[in-house]
Amino acid sequence: MRNVFLFIRRHFNFLFFLVLQIVALSFLFRYNRFHEAAFLNVSTAVTGRINEHYNDIEYYFQLKKTNDALVRENLRLRQQLKENYEGPDSAQRIISDTIKVDSGRSILKYKILEAKVINNTTSLQNNYLTIHRGFAQGVRPNMGVVGPQGIVGSVVNVSENFAIVMSMLHRNFGLVARLKKGGETGTIDWDGVSPLYVNFRGITKSAKIAVGDTIITTQTSSLFPANLMIGTVHDIVPDNTSNFYVLKIKPATNFFNIEYAYVIDNLQYNEQKRLEDSTRKKIQ
Amino acid sequence: MSELLKNTIRFVLFILVQVFILFKMPPLHRFITPYLYFLFILWLPFSLSRAALTLIGFFYGLCLDYFTMTPGLHAAACTLIAYVRPFVIGLLISQEGADKNYMSPSIVSMGWAPYATYVVVLTLLHHCYLVLLEWLSFGSLMYFLGKVIASTAVSLLLILLTELLFFRKQKFRTNTI
Repeated sequence: MRNVFLFIRRHFNFLFFLVLQIVALSFLFRYNRFHEAAFLNVSTAVTGRINEHYNDIEYYFQLKKTNDALVRENLRLRQQLKENYEGPDSAQRIISDTIKVDSGRSILKYKILEAKVINNTTSLQNNYLTIHRGFAQGVRPNMGVVGPQGIVGSVVNVSENFAIVMSMLHRNFGLVARLKKGGETGTIDWDGVSPLYVNFRGITKSAKIAVGDTIITTQTSSLFPANLMIGTVHDIVPDNTSNFYVLKIKPATNFFNIEYAYVIDNLQYNEQKRLEDSTRKKIQ
Repeated sequence: MSELLKNTIRFVLFILVQVFILFKMPPLHRFITPYLYFLFILWLPFSLSRAALTLIGFFYGLCLDYFTMTPGLHAAACTLIAYVRPFVIGLLISQEGADKNYMSPSIVSMGWAPYATYVVVLTLLHHCYLVLLEWLSFGSLMYFLGKVIASTAVSLLLILLTELLFFRKQKFRTNTI
């Protein structure tokens, strides 16, 4: 026993170093697997305030670009107003409008919450955004986040007034998407090579693809409504070892100057999830 | 200004510069991540004990981790260089008793060549360990080598600029041994 204490005293510095290393590494590797919620919670409470102050300043310099993006978004939405579509009155059949926008709270599926982006990284291997809207304002984990131009990511953690969004530029990001033209579905992921491009995998080589084709969301993803813009095809890489293409996609969202984002709350998600889970239990 | 106050200000400034300037820069290449923050550890006074250095390194790294959402990544690398630092200084110090006569490692206290070696060795060590940890979760050997070399080169350039812009005067202290 005495020898043990002597050993510890003699090599105290080295053992202390080892202990700290093990603590740090256990943080790192346990986090990668389970997404330690505690760490992010503390970190948003501490860093959220600092990020907010920084953003107050940075926001001012981005005003012009932000304004441009919002105007373009408004333009796109205005174009979709039903007043813009009017044919000559030659209809032979009665069309009943099934979209009960005003009275239909019960059929509303996606509620959209606006949020200010107060922190954002693009240069790391796992990038996150911090938004200034948290649990108290209705944000929950596993909600989709879109920007004025397209998909941004999904919420991974929330604190009282802030939420952490896993950016599309994250090694663990995955999303089902489809080609607008042909309808083939595949998955979006990021390989960490360049923040300008993400990958779109799982498109068979029989599909007709051209550079510039649009990739949009599908209705099978529970995070996002269907037909939201994700990006456009930048390059087609034929993977010789398989029957699938790997497409390099240029995301519609400009991750370098994103200032506003919308959190998408799927109001019917819980019911759908409950049904799917109970079915899984029944089959087993 | 007392040494404690000076280092506290440095602590805050280095983290803010790293998080809000260097990490916000548009990336030049996938291999290049400009790191400067660990210069804080290289500039810590000679007089700190080995255990204190290691502990400071750990908490310093953890502070940066809170901003980048990578718990433990920078903490592990900073702990390593903070622990190795005294050994490297012990090997490189040329003037007799320089670590007693001067406050902290710098060009003045250690001399040009030993100080440059000290910076290069610790920078390389820091980047190797940091990229190795990243590499364990993803990446290839090319990524590892390329990123270590390119990031080290950029870091050394940044350190050189910092040393030239913020020249640290070092008082020669006698009768302090």
